Amino acid sequence: MLQAVTLSCRRGERRLFSDLTIKVEPGTLLAVVGENGSGKTSLLRIFSSLLPPDEGSILWDGEDIHQLKELYSGQLTYIGHLNGIKDDLTPLENVMSAINLTGEACSRTAAQEALEAIGLKRPVHRLPSKVLSQGQKRRVALARLWLSTRPLWLLDEPFTSLDAASTGVVTQRLHAHLQRGGLAVIVTHQEVDLPVERVQRLRLTG
Amino acid sequence: MSRSSMWEAVGGIVRRDLLLAMRRRSDAAMSVFFLVIVVSLFPLGVGPEPAVLRTIGPGVLWVAALLACLLSLARVFTADYVDGTLEQMVLVPQPLAVLVVGKVFAHWVISGLPIVLLSPLLGLQFGLSGESLGVLVMSLLLGTPTLSMIGTIGAALVLGVRGSGLLVALLVLPLYVPVLIFGAGAVTGSMAGIGAEANLSLLGACLVLSLFLAPWATAAALRIALE
Repeated sequence: MLQAVTLSCRRGERRLFSDLTIKVEPGTLLAVVGENGSGKTSLLRIFSSLLPPDEGSILWDGEDIHQLKELYSGQLTYIGHLNGIKDDLTPLENVMSAINLTGEACSRTAAQEALEAIGLKRPVHRLPSKVLSQGQKRRVALARLWLSTRPLWLLDEPFTSLDAASTGVVTQRLHAHLQRGGLAVIVTHQEVDLPVERVQRLRLTG
Repeated sequence: MSRSSMWEAVGGIVRRDLLLAMRRRSDAAMSVFFLVIVVSLFPLGVGPEPAVLRTIGPGVLWVAALLACLLSLARVFTADYVDGTLEQMVLVPQPLAVLVVGKVFAHWVISGLPIVLLSPLLGLQFGLSGESLGVLVMSLLLGTPTLSMIGTIGAALVLGVRGSGLLVALLVLPLYVPVLIFGAGAVTGSMAGIGAEANLSLLGACLVLSLFLAPWATAAALRIALE
């Protein structure tokens, strides 16, 4: 279970949100919505532990994540608005090195299956990523979700530059993750096509 | 967090960075070319007098190697920072300092090791004796990893800052001075017949100290850069 307790965040002089308390139960998804610049990404980065909150704390199963440190990092998969892929590597190499980085082994077949699951065909796997379109690069980044066994997913605008079909595929993957008892926090502008009882919405007003 | 997963992560970083360097050979070759050019220009500039060349040789070689290291520093984290891989690095269940060591090792293999391997050839231009060439290689072998270690602290501190190249130089050069003195001193010492052991031991000590402290400092700087 993920909890935010009396969280507040300032960027420079501006107060983005304050006294924010929210709970995400296993099997549910928190969709953070709001205008541009309302602090959605900052909130996600606080959840990921990249950004320390000005006040308040984040609890994972009742323990402060800044105490858990690496133990908490082992629980989450974070995909920010930057894709984290290298232009000079092929999609296949990108997926494999991203998984290796988390300390897990990743076979070539597993990476291929993940890329195919998100609709990137085999010939594309061997091209350098710099020739891919924006949407294809996003899909390479999201392919990690098919290899992730972590209980908590933090996704920043996962559906940006994806076509309708891929959006559907990613939503299905999210649904499967929630059904297995996983948690997710996503920042989005779109409606998420998931069963109502699984989705909790948080609107930031800035 | 098991030990094997830690090796997996560090090995993954080293493999990826070496692969990237293979794909962009020109980047990696730049610092080596710089070294060759600078070192070759000196004999042309100061004239072919063997005694003079032998005197300035160790200093010139070491200064050029140091500047070549400095030149490649800007690249260590910038690309990772821009494309988001650095965020992923910070969020892995392994201690960031350990991953930093992997990153520095890859950086050294790409930009430091070629300098070490090339140095005897360049030393010949300055009329260094066989024994002095051996000491030169040894001193660079101990010194260049230290330069990479110290340099990455600076590179991490200036991430996301404009005009970071000059700033890194300002931050890092004072810390490079002892390494330069001991390194060039070792070669000069062996030429003067007073032995290189003392200077080489000091270089070794610098390496051990930087191996121990620099990764933590770099890791802290990286976390701040990403906030």
